[in-house]
Amino acid sequence: MLMNSQDVQPLPGFAVPVHDSQRVFRGILDAMAHPGKIVELTDLPDAPKALNKTAVAICLALVDFETPLWADDAISAQSQALTHIQFHCSCPITTTPEKARFALLSKGSDLASLKTFCQGTDERPDLSTTVIVQAEGFGGGEDVRLTGPGIKTETTLSITGVGTEFWQAVRDNTQGFPRGVDLMICTDNAIMCLPRTIQVEA
Amino acid sequence: MSQTTQNEAASLKVVDAHVAARQTWMGLLARADAKALEKAWSELEDKPDYTVLRTPETGMVMVRARTGGEGQQFNFGEMSVTRCVVRTDTGHQGHAYIAGRNKTHATIAAVLDALLQVPERREALDAEILEPIRSSLNRQDNETADKVAATRVDFFTLVRGDD
Repeated sequence: MLMNSQDVQPLPGFAVPVHDSQRVFRGILDAMAHPGKIVELTDLPDAPKALNKTAVAICLALVDFETPLWADDAISAQSQALTHIQFHCSCPITTTPEKARFALLSKGSDLASLKTFCQGTDERPDLSTTVIVQAEGFGGGEDVRLTGPGIKTETTLSITGVGTEFWQAVRDNTQGFPRGVDLMICTDNAIMCLPRTIQVEA
Repeated sequence: MSQTTQNEAASLKVVDAHVAARQTWMGLLARADAKALEKAWSELEDKPDYTVLRTPETGMVMVRARTGGEGQQFNFGEMSVTRCVVRTDTGHQGHAYIAGRNKTHATIAAVLDALLQVPERREALDAEILEPIRSSLNRQDNETADKVAATRVDFFTLVRGDD
């Protein structure tokens, strides 16, 4: 029989689809409006292997049939991960990062450059890819200082569980403004955003 | 035809037959009277445990039609549809799309769809659940057909004066 094995089947989505997706959307909005702010998201549905709960919740809230999704090799290798997202979001899966509106990166993935993703155009910077980066946690790593729109003075924070080239890639991402990508950093229970306007100082 | 293509054709036929059978029972479950289905469900023995993968949700779908069944498609109108997906403890996934907003109906139809995929249970379920639906739908169809037939008017055109 087709699709019988439990580990390739999708998991349950939001328990109360309308309220849960609104709550997650509100959290994302708050995080995106205040770069560097760690916004906690609670009571999220279970996530398949290779994805954390917050990353899945973001997909369930934002991704739909109009937004092609790209996932890195480690995530694509876990068939349940994409089955789960596709089942709930009905989104097309693309293998070309340039064509993706959302991209999913696995924990600790070597993020050498964000240039492979769609940067948008000067007229339509909103067409860029939004990159969902999975991380271990906030704090406990090497601190960086963040300034820019949405931050009153400055914010100091660190992220563990991201690739070594991560901060350099974020710095390079700000150079082509208004083109560039926006990053959502997800841990198991919180989200923090680094839009293309962020200024990173070591 | 080579052996492999024959085998492939044979396996495709099996898949097609399975799909056709499933379409039939999903259609019956969707068109069943909600109250009757709920009753039949409550009387069913050996109900499985299940997880709801997609909670019953109501939305609109555009119904398209063609005048007289031919010609260009046009948007006939929107109707509300409720869908639900469950997974039973046997690992079968059951889907349901029903007209209207009855979430209980959608959930029961989805669980029954999953149960009907278990070959050992199909026969019993067919007799207990599907057969009453089939006969009740048939009866309704016949009643409608009778009503229509009773008021049937045959038109014919007389030869008119012009050429």
